Amino acid sequence: MAQILLKNLRKTYDETEAVRGINLDIDHNEFVVLVGPSGCGKTTTLRMIAGLEEITGGEIFIGERLINNVPPRDRDIAMVFQNYALYPHMTVEQNMSFGLRLRKVAKAEIERRVKHAADILNIGELLERRPKQLSGGQRQRVAMGRAIVRNPEAFLFDEPLSNLDAKLRVQMRTEIKKIHQRVQTTVVYVTHDQVEAMTLADRIVVMNHGIIEQVGSPQEMYEAPKTRFVAGFIGSPAMNFVPCRIVERGAALGVRLSGDITLDLSAEQSKRYRGYLDKEMVFGIRPEHITERRQHTNENQLDFGCTVEVLEPMGIDTMVFMDIEGVEVTARAAPKAVSNPGETMMFTIDMNNTHLIDPKTDKVV
Amino acid sequence: MNAMVGETYFRRLVVFYIPLFLFVFAMLFPFAWMLITSIKPDAELYNPRISPFIVREPTLEHWESLFGTTLFIRWAVNTLWVAIASTAVSLFAGVLAGYALSRLVFRGSTMFGIMIFVTYLVPPTLLFIPLTGVVTWMGLQDTTWSLIFTYPTFLVPFCTWLLMGYFQTIPKELEECARIDGATRLQAMSKIVLPLAVPGILSAGIFAFTLSWNEFLYALVFIHSPETKTIPVGVTSELIKGDVFFWGALMAGALFGSVPVAIVYSFFVEHYVSGMTGAVKG
Repeated sequence: MAQILLKNLRKTYDETEAVRGINLDIDHNEFVVLVGPSGCGKTTTLRMIAGLEEITGGEIFIGERLINNVPPRDRDIAMVFQNYALYPHMTVEQNMSFGLRLRKVAKAEIERRVKHAADILNIGELLERRPKQLSGGQRQRVAMGRAIVRNPEAFLFDEPLSNLDAKLRVQMRTEIKKIHQRVQTTVVYVTHDQVEAMTLADRIVVMNHGIIEQVGSPQEMYEAPKTRFVAGFIGSPAMNFVPCRIVERGAALGVRLSGDITLDLSAEQSKRYRGYLDKEMVFGIRPEHITERRQHTNENQLDFGCTVEVLEPMGIDTMVFMDIEGVEVTARAAPKAVSNPGETMMFTIDMNNTHLIDPKTDKVV
Repeated sequence: MNAMVGETYFRRLVVFYIPLFLFVFAMLFPFAWMLITSIKPDAELYNPRISPFIVREPTLEHWESLFGTTLFIRWAVNTLWVAIASTAVSLFAGVLAGYALSRLVFRGSTMFGIMIFVTYLVPPTLLFIPLTGVVTWMGLQDTTWSLIFTYPTFLVPFCTWLLMGYFQTIPKELEECARIDGATRLQAMSKIVLPLAVPGILSAGIFAFTLSWNEFLYALVFIHSPETKTIPVGVTSELIKGDVFFWGALMAGALFGSVPVAIVYSFFVEHYVSGMTGAVKG
């Protein structure tokens, strides 16, 4: 319901810099996911927004208000913790109404809001139970209910699904998305799971080593990663990275992956990569863009042959592992079209979906 | 305790019933001995030909002499007052200090925690000499206040350490969540942490109460008048005259001095166990 603005936000613990200057503008009712490996500073950032962590430098605004020195209780936010943090000595109803009771909201109003939240979350019959008597998924709902009744400016989620088993996690993920559609509000969501980030976010913020690597919609992150880190982090199975050299191929350029395999670049790509001629680069391509040999649908598709090392059937597709100059490369092929390990198989590669990375800067060029 | 599948009766006897019996016997024997001795007439008590476990003609003469000729009831009141007051003071300080040391990060907080523990390690046998000076300086000698002020010197470090450990078992997210929900730090402590710490606070309280109930050295040194004495000192000083031991009355005093504590223990035993093992689950 409010904008959140982070300006050059920093956090240092003694010697280590956990967050190193973050600028982020979160819009009204936007669902923003901070994602990155552990230790990347995403949780620290969230805790600074919540007011649980002192800010070393920079500014945080919620709405129009600078909240650097506002205590957590006056920031008008709600947070869902990884371990849910339900108060064990209170019933579900008391857990949900705790914040309202502290604010001396009228009894009838509290009852109305708790009932409303319980209806949204489908936990009406659990109100008299204690947290100990609830399953993991139910606790998760109660934790969200506690946030919903407060009707805050923003919801903060700190890895809320990581304590659930795989099946329940997928269920709750959809649930969270549904709830966000019903309860329109600003959400900042922290996770280390890129699938969660992709499925939930309006915008993804990929963090690494305390800085933001890239901000964008899930589709942008997938199609046009700006750095090697983002390219490798988003998407599953992960993108293939093969060391390569840019070589002349007549008028145009080509990417030489090995003595046998050189892939032609389109005229447009040749123009763009001209400055990297004869340089050592890294060639990035997602497994889904290397398939068994198919009818070409655009002129930038190429065929090449390689020896199959290992097959991993996934049902809908089979992952084919091959070895190019000592680097393992994965392709995603139709199960019926794959060759046996040890045999040579022909692949089609879509050059429109490739990325060239400068190993010196790790930036996509 | 459920029998495991395939476990024989013999095995259960060896690993469970026999050790349990020995333990119960060792625990209850002193009480039985006190009771037997206190209701035996002197003639039987000092007759080596009679089995010490048998009472032929039970008598209440020792009980009567304890309650009639000594100030035992007065001592009991003194002991109770001193134990309750010093426990209350120590718990109050211990809860606040334990909370601060387990939750707040401030410069030298670890050092502070260690120093409190070191204080606890200084034996009372060393401490009573300077403390005598302090008590005299405060003009409290020969009053129960001298004990109420000196017992916290070992009770506060004890309570602080026990409670520090207990507070650490309470997830800090609960408090953080409360603070986001709208609680001040003090409200988060009083509405979330303290209710969850009740088992820990109870065990610290019972321990502190027992320690001050049984305390002997300070009470012996700081108190002289019979009417201000506590049970441990009163009984041993008034019922042992030179080398004459009034065994019957002594044992009656020991019995009536220890039974109330045992009763208090049994009331809180459940809280007490969970307080020692520290278990707060969300």
